[in-house]
Amino acid sequence: MDNTYAIELKNISKRFGTVLANNNVNLSVKRGEIMAILGENGSGKTTLMNMISGIYYPDEGQIFVNGEEVTITSPKDAFNYSIGMIHQHFKLVDVFSATENIVLGINDGKRYKLSEARRQVLEITEKYGFDISPDKKIYEMSVSEKQTVEIIKVLYRGADILILDEPTAVLTPQEIDKLFAVLRRMRDDGKSIIIITHKMNEVLSLSDRVAVLRKGEHIATVETASTSVSELTELMVGKKISLNINRTDPHDTSDRLVVSNISSVNSEGVTVLDKVSFTARSGEILGIAGIAGSGQKELLEAIAGLQPLTEGEIKYNSPEGESFNLRKRTPEQIRELGVRLSFVPEDRLGMGLVGSMDIIDNMMLRSYKKGHSIFLNRKSPKKLAEEIVDELEVATPDVKTPVRKLSGGNVQKVLVGREIAAKPKVLMAAYPVRGLDINSSYTIYNLLNEQKDNGVAVIFVGEDLDVLLDLCDRIIVIASGKITGEVDGRHATKEEVGVMMTGNTQKEAN
Amino acid sequence: MSNIATKKHEPLFHIVKRNAIPWWKAWIVRAISILLAVVVCSFVTILLTKQNPVLVWGAMFKGAFGTERIVWRLFRDISLLLCVSLAVTPAFKMRFWNCGAEGQVLMGCLATFATVRFLGGTVSEPLLLVISLAAALIAGAVWGLIPAVFYAFFKTNETLFTLMMNYVAKGLITLSIIYFQWENTFGSQIVSPLRIGRLPKVYNDHLVIILTVALITLFMYIYLNYTKQGYEISVVGESENTANYIGINVKNVVIRTMLISGAICGLAGFLLVSGKDGTVSPDTADGRGFTAIMVSWLAKFNPIYMIITSFLLVFFQFGSKEITRSFRLNDDFSEILTGIVIFFIIGSEFFINYQIKMRKLTKEGK
Amino acid sequence: MTVFIQGAIRQAMPLLFGATGEILTEKSGNLNLGIPGIMYVGAISGVIGATIYEHTVGAEAIVPALAVSITLLASFIGSLLMGLIYSFLVISLRANQNVTGLALTTFGIGIGNFFGGSLTKIIGSQTANISLGNISKYFKMTPPIADKLGWFGDWFLSYGFLTYVGIIVAIIAGYVLKRTRVGLHLRAVGENPATADATGVNVTKYKYVATCTGSVIAGLGGLYYVFEYTGNWSNNGFGDRGWLAIALVIFALWKPVIAIIGSILFGALYMLGITTTGISRELKEVYELLPYLATIFILIITSIRNKKENHPPASLGLSYFREER
Repeated sequence: MDNTYAIELKNISKRFGTVLANNNVNLSVKRGEIMAILGENGSGKTTLMNMISGIYYPDEGQIFVNGEEVTITSPKDAFNYSIGMIHQHFKLVDVFSATENIVLGINDGKRYKLSEARRQVLEITEKYGFDISPDKKIYEMSVSEKQTVEIIKVLYRGADILILDEPTAVLTPQEIDKLFAVLRRMRDDGKSIIIITHKMNEVLSLSDRVAVLRKGEHIATVETASTSVSELTELMVGKKISLNINRTDPHDTSDRLVVSNISSVNSEGVTVLDKVSFTARSGEILGIAGIAGSGQKELLEAIAGLQPLTEGEIKYNSPEGESFNLRKRTPEQIRELGVRLSFVPEDRLGMGLVGSMDIIDNMMLRSYKKGHSIFLNRKSPKKLAEEIVDELEVATPDVKTPVRKLSGGNVQKVLVGREIAAKPKVLMAAYPVRGLDINSSYTIYNLLNEQKDNGVAVIFVGEDLDVLLDLCDRIIVIASGKITGEVDGRHATKEEVGVMMTGNTQKEAN
Repeated sequence: MSNIATKKHEPLFHIVKRNAIPWWKAWIVRAISILLAVVVCSFVTILLTKQNPVLVWGAMFKGAFGTERIVWRLFRDISLLLCVSLAVTPAFKMRFWNCGAEGQVLMGCLATFATVRFLGGTVSEPLLLVISLAAALIAGAVWGLIPAVFYAFFKTNETLFTLMMNYVAKGLITLSIIYFQWENTFGSQIVSPLRIGRLPKVYNDHLVIILTVALITLFMYIYLNYTKQGYEISVVGESENTANYIGINVKNVVIRTMLISGAICGLAGFLLVSGKDGTVSPDTADGRGFTAIMVSWLAKFNPIYMIITSFLLVFFQFGSKEITRSFRLNDDFSEILTGIVIFFIIGSEFFINYQIKMRKLTKEGK
Repeated sequence: MTVFIQGAIRQAMPLLFGATGEILTEKSGNLNLGIPGIMYVGAISGVIGATIYEHTVGAEAIVPALAVSITLLASFIGSLLMGLIYSFLVISLRANQNVTGLALTTFGIGIGNFFGGSLTKIIGSQTANISLGNISKYFKMTPPIADKLGWFGDWFLSYGFLTYVGIIVAIIAGYVLKRTRVGLHLRAVGENPATADATGVNVTKYKYVATCTGSVIAGLGGLYYVFEYTGNWSNNGFGDRGWLAIALVIFALWKPVIAIIGSILFGALYMLGITTTGISRELKEVYELLPYLATIFILIITSIRNKKENHPPASLGLSYFREER
């Protein structure tokens, strides 16, 4: 075997509008090697890989495959260079069998014969030890089987370079072991494998080398054998930056929301919450740190009455001393109990607001049922809308503008403003500053702090560790649906939280 | 996925969704589309009739506004179509494709007619009207309820379900006519008009219908825009996720809305039998259930705009009937013209919602 | 018995053509409620083609093969134009499928009845109704050996060629959908256009071709009714058969081969009302209702059992816009 790399990236840059997603990245992968790409959310891992697989085209830089410079402008081009990518969101037709999905879209000029394709699929599964039936329908499959189909799909098209975007995020530990065994076998077969991940233990157990990306830049590539969890974490999260968020000391705290041992399974049968317990106190901001998709959404939705639980209970203690179990109650029933729970969901326009309605009508979402009249009262929502537009400096022509037309930051101000106006006792906010500019972000931080000082129990789900550490009083860390630890926001270090986010429990981290 | 930059085979143009254009621009687009439709209709008319299009359009206006009697009938027919259109609108706003208005109207007709036949003579005339109205409302509501329940609980495809229900309703009418021996002569399947249980005459035969539908229009406008239930319908239609998030019981809203939708269809059936035909047949609804879908959709589900769209369609019907008479063509000419006009208006929505961007000569597509 | 079976099959064929066409269309994700209108246009276009030909050459000089070809070609063109109108509005302009379909039905029935009523005037004939006997007799021609085979001939070989075309087209459609690459791609387009697009299938092309092919096939159903079943055109004579064809699609669970059996079953129910002696008129009406009730029943059962293969194509009724993924 010669010494040229299977794939080599030189000085790759990619910009989306004003955002620099990748800046001057260099990366090379050998044949018969597993390369892990490690980085936080938004560090540019997926963008980089998308440029290899033909989804994006780099603004600057060169890509070499087997030593030759290539231009990859479409997924088809990528296939021609034997590059295949397995995305996080599977692209499969539900009612088709595995084989049908694998051959879909191939037009090789040969006669179409499913039995022949099926034979070839079986050949691939035997060669690498996949565990799948070629005739099974996708909708009868588990997530891991669907992923297997995606991998075989890529292999069937003759890929030598496989890119997997967070393949383990949706798998159980046993399934992960199986996947890794298959990947190792492919490596031994001479294929190059690039795996995007956040999970440190996986990096260490699987990869030959690790490339670390942070904020779009390539920080370092290290040999897995000669590195450690702490070194990788430091490379990944970088040095702590102080944001000067004004954090006051909590006073008069009491246990407002006590979540004990809740578990939940999603529609695909995957456990998304695994015996989660924590307490949210009044007058305090509780941060929830974790890699995106570790169960944060389900956790908040469970409290709001939108996610069915298989076990556990959610106890709400009102300031008046009553307490209720919120489990098995619908949002309406929770409201009828007099529980003042506000929720700023992650999906602002798909869940928190109705995009085509104006600001006034969106204000009404929370309050329209008030009173016995069959008619809507638009007076107080209008007043509220005007107040929010005024106080939070929402940039909008008027309060009758559909919220879809507003910019991201203004949409969020409308949503947060409405949720706060409901005078909550518990305020949950999922990624409230995602996609917002600095000024809007600080507006939101200030609003949350104000609520905290008013004695509200605030639950803040965030992804930026600097923000979490500067804003929150306590931080719990969630990884794969499990709580891996709890730290004090004033004293914890970024590394400490970072390690727990990648699935190590607090004990292992210390 | 963003537009993939390809130097080799970038398409000549690509389509992007518009952010929304000012309302006046949208109306200009629609006006242009109607104008184009008129031009095409004229060409088609010349082609098929070899007549001067000015004469033809003149005949159309004569057919719609020729005499006072015609104008009254025009407005009566607009009202009846509008009534059914108003009925389907709340369901559409909820994104429930109720294609079963025809059947719901027919059930209203059947209930009205049957009530009068069975109770006629045993109760006073006003009471008879009230009972037959109630029967019509219930019958229409039940016909709307059945597919709604299955949709709410099992997501049974509502478009296909409601379509089938139309033909079951038609069959039930024929069956009733035979079974209850309503025919005027055995085997004719024609039913003589009722003499009792008819809407009272106010000024003329049509005013009561027109006023009733005017009230319903007002009601529906207020219901959709100013009541809590109407608000819930909009939220469910826009996003079931949001509806769940704020604690709206989606199943309840679906069922409740279809009850209302069906009941107003039933009312239209009552008006048809009690106020217009006096008799019942599988064709009493005369396709209004289907035309109503177009009226409602073309008006963007706004009850006030629906007055305009139903006017437009009924105008074409009346006008082309006159063309038929003047130029000895047949009635169905109106349906060709109606089809062309609708095609153009439907097509124009694309230019309101999307924008065609020609190829840029930059390297990057985004 | 023979009359009954023959009647059932003759009643079945228009439905089968319509259903086969609609299945292809729906498999591409388009719910074409314009099928009833398209069947009218398919019929009247054939009538126009045949009548013009007959009046051009004169009744005595008709060449059978040419007459049949012209009739078929005219029907093709008419149905294809209807399919193109629908496709352009729904696929290219992403218009609402229900509204477009219903408008197309209004338009199509209008065209059918308008030309049906005006044809005599346009061709300058003095007679009021359109008798197609001179040409329809070639459509009614049965295979020559039918008479010699007793009941077998009567049951299976006593039909015009379009009957066999209908069954063969349904079988071919079933084969294409199930066993060919084109069928695989087409089903993928109807189930999940984004996935099909990502694997390199040209979604727009598949939708156009399937919808237009479906229209042409459905149009043959109208042609069959006029030329083989009745032999003359009368306005609204085709009735609600187009809607029954759409019902049949659901009844057949989107499988053309089941549609063959289903259509004969629907046809038999219809014939039961006509031929059985001693049957009450009420019962006859009930028989006519049965296809719709059975369809509703199947629709409900499949949605409750939630077996995905029997569901409508997943993206049925939705327009596809790549950038909205």
